[in-house]
Amino acid sequence: MAKFEYAPAPESRAVVTIRPSYGLFIGGEFVESVDGSMFKTISPSSEEVLAEVTEAGEADVEAAVRAARTAFDGSWGRLPGAERGKYLFRIARILQERAREFAVLESLDNGKPIRESRDVDIPLAAAHFFYHAGWADKLEHAGLSGGSGRPPKPLGVVGQVIPWNFPLLMLSWKIAPALAAGNTVVLKPAETTPLTALLFAEVCQQADLPGGVVNILTGAGQTGRHLVEHPGVDKIAFTGSTLVGKAIAGSIAGTRKRATLELGGKAANIVFDDAAIDEAVEGIVNGIFFNQGHVCCAGSRLLVQENVADDVIMRLKRRLQTLRVGDPLDKNTDVGAINSAAQLARIRDLAQIGEAEGATRWSAPCVLPERGFWFAPTVFTDVSQSHRIAQDEIFGPVLSVLTFRTPQEAVAKANNTPYGLSAGIWTEKGSRILWMADQLRAGVVWANTFNRFDPTSPFGGYKESGYGREGGRHGLEAYVTTEATR
Amino acid sequence: MGALTNASLTRWLHGLPGVDRVGADARAAGLGTRSIKTTAKAWAIDTAISMIDLTTLEGADTERKVHSLCAKAKAPDPGDPTTPQVAAVCIYADMVPAAVDALKGSNIHVAAVTSAFPSGRATMAVKLTDTRDALRAGAHEIDMVIDRGAFLSGRYLQVFDEIAAIKEVCAKEATRGDPAHLKVIFETGELVTYDNVRRASWLAMLAGANFIKTSTGKVSPAATLPVTLIMLEAVRDWRVLTGTQIGVKPAGGIRTTKDAMKYLVMVNEVAGEDWIDPAWFRFGASSLLNDLLLQRQKLATGHYSGADYVTID
Repeated sequence: MAKFEYAPAPESRAVVTIRPSYGLFIGGEFVESVDGSMFKTISPSSEEVLAEVTEAGEADVEAAVRAARTAFDGSWGRLPGAERGKYLFRIARILQERAREFAVLESLDNGKPIRESRDVDIPLAAAHFFYHAGWADKLEHAGLSGGSGRPPKPLGVVGQVIPWNFPLLMLSWKIAPALAAGNTVVLKPAETTPLTALLFAEVCQQADLPGGVVNILTGAGQTGRHLVEHPGVDKIAFTGSTLVGKAIAGSIAGTRKRATLELGGKAANIVFDDAAIDEAVEGIVNGIFFNQGHVCCAGSRLLVQENVADDVIMRLKRRLQTLRVGDPLDKNTDVGAINSAAQLARIRDLAQIGEAEGATRWSAPCVLPERGFWFAPTVFTDVSQSHRIAQDEIFGPVLSVLTFRTPQEAVAKANNTPYGLSAGIWTEKGSRILWMADQLRAGVVWANTFNRFDPTSPFGGYKESGYGREGGRHGLEAYVTTEATR
Repeated sequence: MGALTNASLTRWLHGLPGVDRVGADARAAGLGTRSIKTTAKAWAIDTAISMIDLTTLEGADTERKVHSLCAKAKAPDPGDPTTPQVAAVCIYADMVPAAVDALKGSNIHVAAVTSAFPSGRATMAVKLTDTRDALRAGAHEIDMVIDRGAFLSGRYLQVFDEIAAIKEVCAKEATRGDPAHLKVIFETGELVTYDNVRRASWLAMLAGANFIKTSTGKVSPAATLPVTLIMLEAVRDWRVLTGTQIGVKPAGGIRTTKDAMKYLVMVNEVAGEDWIDPAWFRFGASSLLNDLLLQRQKLATGHYSGADYVTID
């Protein structure tokens, strides 16, 4: 038994009311489905059923797109930017006021530790609304007109499909810029994490947002397909797997629809021998064990300079022994539950493949709860570039460690992946940071930090990590047009 | 191996990995969000009390003031005999006889600040005499300050030699068998950068420090969580390298139970639980004790009392 045992410090569930069942949010109201069915959403840390939600059918998608179109053609489309901004500011403030409620609900439905939902997800979600609220009346001055000289105009109805890893945060990345630019949206949250999007629907009501501006359809892949393929949708914004992203790109090819796709990644976190080693170790941990590794830009490949590899790995393993894995609602939990049984199965499969390929597996000693979906933080050493665990996105708390000898080799290995979402560089030498950032084909390059997000900073990928940017001025471009006629 | 030169010492200290300030601050802040409640809090409060070097370092100190402090050290909460005693009292060298007298028969150590505390601006002869006086009067522990001027101008060997010389006095003047424990104060508020804190830590450990200590309490900022983090990393790495354990003492500015909890969490998760022991971790503090006592009473009775339910000094 440890000398200093931290007593349980659970955040109270009482702050949030979960209804037994939820309809669809269409035209500003919760409505019953026309042709859908019901499914259960569970807490991945306990497998407890939290609520029944609706799987929207084709007729529901039709109704939602029609509501969004009516709102766009009606009052919302004619609203001055300053007025749109007021709604966004109002939503941002309500998110802050109800932050604890959202944090608890997010941790319950997703499995992520309350420390992260409280300190990262919810504050950043509010920050995205605040940031984009400020743009709403300044779009003409954002440099979005290109050479056309025409003011930027909204696209119309935007269909948005988001993943389960940061449910409310991804919602805010999608909805805030769309609304700031004057569009209306139909958003589908992931089937395993619908609850904070439904609570967000209540926030839209509380903010008196005109009906139809935001519509939320819960459901699984089929619902998403109906939405993407609906002819009344002007633009698709998708965050999720590369496989689904490719399918979406295929299905909208030849239509007038625009798309932004934010897909998978297999980021290299590159540690040089002159790095601030203790902080680099923190960055490695934050890079891959933050949010159970369910992060598209996770630093899932550690590239460490060979002459310090043993020291870095020793420090990393020692550090991982202090990670606290368990109840997501406990304020001292560092690593929560894997989001679903299916994801856990995929992580286990890839970990087994890693062992079979000859990599050395090490997992932090920790007692995992009996119920729910859990995977101990795991490090693979002796990994080669040709191993699948160095190539495939695992999307779990699994780190593959590779070594390099020179900066050139680090760049070559970092870029040798079909993905290109993010990368990290750890060195105390400023000139090397600049040289590396120039060479790396990744949308985000972090220097001496990792997994830092800010609404002012554009985020997006190279190659199979997708196209288009979210956040910053660049992110607004995806939601406006300067074409003379549409 | 040849004689130690300033050049070789400089090369070695400057070869230590750098500290990224943003990252170190973030790590310290992250550890500060741990939630220590109920049984863990009760245990941590008692542990923190037992780690206090109860301190008075004022120009206005008198023997009576020191006697009064020693009485508090022995029975921090007269209403509750289960309250642990503090680890030591920390005073100026000339007050050592008063403290030794007052603490006779207890296990509480007498720690004396020496070597021209707090500035360290005196000749070596003065610093050695200062230390020798404290030891001959019965001090168990010596809290010396380094010469920050020498450190900042790169005269590392001079700093090394001063620590080693004082360490030698501690060994020579050992009156009760064990040589006095040497705590080396960096005054991190004057060293400013985390790289300097790391270098000073290794320099002091190389020179024979038993403890490394952040501050005198006379310069702001005094102890901070990130500075203590750097020092805990240093003693952790030193043990991996040499097998020898060195203690850490943040001092100054730690006033609340909440602060103390953050430090204990940091000790636990950075250096490891071996350091959760008054032999290896101390708080240099005065007002902290009363806040710990108030929180202790709150846990025992379920309600807060007030400032007049704990004794002053």
